[in-house]
Amino acid sequence: MENPENIIVVKNLVKRYGDFTANDNLCFEVRKGEIFGFLGANGAGKTTAIRILCGLSYPTSGKINVAGFDAYTQRELIKRNIGYMSQKFSLYDDLTIAENIRFYAGIYGLSQKVIKSRTNQLLHRLGMEEIRNRLIRDVPLGWKQKLAFSVAIFHNPAVVFLDEPTGGVDPVTRRQFWEMINEAAEEGITVFVTTHYMDEAEYCDRVSIMVDGKIAALDTPQNLKKSYKTSDMNGVFLTLARGE
Amino acid sequence: MRILISILQKEFIQIFRNKVMLPFIFIVPIIQMVVLVFAANLEMQEIRFYTVDLDLSETSRKLRYEFSASPFFRDQGTGFSLGEGEEMLLRDKADLILVFDQGFEEKLRKENLSSIQLLINAINSAKAGLVNAYSEAIIRDFNQDVRLEWLGLPAFEAIENIDISYSYWYNPELNYKIYMLPAILVILVTIIGMFLTAMNLVREKEMGTAEQINVTPIRKFHFIIGKLLPFWVIALFELAFGLTIGKIFFGLPILGNLALLFGFASIYLMAILGLGLLLSTFSETQQQVMFLTFFFMLTFILMSGIFTPVESMPVWAQKVNIVNPFAYFMRVIRMILLKGSGFHDIRHEFISMFVYAVSILSLSVWRYRKIH
Repeated sequence: MENPENIIVVKNLVKRYGDFTANDNLCFEVRKGEIFGFLGANGAGKTTAIRILCGLSYPTSGKINVAGFDAYTQRELIKRNIGYMSQKFSLYDDLTIAENIRFYAGIYGLSQKVIKSRTNQLLHRLGMEEIRNRLIRDVPLGWKQKLAFSVAIFHNPAVVFLDEPTGGVDPVTRRQFWEMINEAAEEGITVFVTTHYMDEAEYCDRVSIMVDGKIAALDTPQNLKKSYKTSDMNGVFLTLARGE
Repeated sequence: MRILISILQKEFIQIFRNKVMLPFIFIVPIIQMVVLVFAANLEMQEIRFYTVDLDLSETSRKLRYEFSASPFFRDQGTGFSLGEGEEMLLRDKADLILVFDQGFEEKLRKENLSSIQLLINAINSAKAGLVNAYSEAIIRDFNQDVRLEWLGLPAFEAIENIDISYSYWYNPELNYKIYMLPAILVILVTIIGMFLTAMNLVREKEMGTAEQINVTPIRKFHFIIGKLLPFWVIALFELAFGLTIGKIFFGLPILGNLALLFGFASIYLMAILGLGLLLSTFSETQQQVMFLTFFFMLTFILMSGIFTPVESMPVWAQKVNIVNPFAYFMRVIRMILLKGSGFHDIRHEFISMFVYAVSILSLSVWRYRKIH
């Protein structure tokens, strides 16, 4: 790694499924502590890329380094240092809030004592102390989402990957969710987030936009708007997605 | 270790929180055994017979009375044409038609040889076989009586003949129930082992939690042990529970060593759990895995010798049974419980099962992928 400030380094990442190229020669870096937006239309290849970065899927070729570890040879070390929250935030429906936290913290090897005190802190912060023994299936979607995010960063990972974390919730909850993301970033956790919502792209430090498996643009939201001469990210996105 | 405990804790909470689970563990064995005792009964109580008597002689009437007097037969009347008899069979009002031809008695007197005809409803071939056997026994006795009478000898100076008497070992009363109870236990522990394991694993995939687990540093083998161990424990408990119910309420004999039985069951279950895990790696939804396990379970159960001895199957079927874990356990549980076999008697099954368990577990662990 040339620059120690980069926590994710991707060089010439290619992923093919038969004849179909989902990720076509991606190159980008993510800096430590930033909120990196990973944008693109449906089917542009965002989820494929995020799954490769998390070690859920093999790349066809390319060099990938996450949190200082190689994606081919040091997968398990990568996994120790990342958090992940997918579109269907994967809490167990038939476990309570507290049991879900205990389970996920447990498989990262945290001790019972640490889990207990951090769980209390977390539930206090989320205002969920009252319902800690409620089953996840009885918890409203917005709360579930916040909880899933908190569980994903419970073990203090270096990077957290969020794959469309705010799908299907109301604007107020989305707003609150982004406040949580900001807090996490302030605590030094790098955030790698994919989203459909262009207003959310404005909250990111830097944004990359994928079109047909390629990265079409990568810069801060301000610079992107300037160079595409639009007032908002929506304009940038539409210009790129239409292939103009 | 800490990681493993976390998984086990979660699994046990989920299993026992599932409302279907506890009834399944405790009620199913009882129901299966009760149903079995009343339904799986091959002895025949009431064979309905109808007589077509075209001879109307003393001998034909006597033979008919012999049938009526037997506790296994119920007289449905007498008629004088074969058509009526066939009608009775057709309408399922009789299981057996006894036909005496005209001149039955006369032929017997003159030629010392006569014949009667038995028409048996053989839609259920097992039942037909029994009807035939019971009828033959009555006719044989009658035959003996007739000969004695006509030769004019007193009954106790019977003509020389070889009297055959039977003693049935390991199941003296030929009680079908005792043959079947151990088999039911095999099915029970297998359902728990294979079916529930496979369903449980696929459920995680379906809900998306499997993916979440896969991004954690959890080791494949930790996760698999955490998934399999609970069902292994529950299935062994189920075996103990089933044995207790069988012993107390249904007189299941336990002649052999229970420790040996549980020893074998532990290894058997590893193979079964491995099979469940293997099938789960081929399925994405609970529905798929359900069909898949059903297919294997039904095939294995039917081929295992549950109803019919494996030895009477065609050679190819016996060969297939080499990879059928049911067949081993079916044989071993009957040997230990009914015969009191010791380790020496089942050592081949023991070793085979061990090899089986190790291979199938290795195969399924290899098939199970964290990355796709």
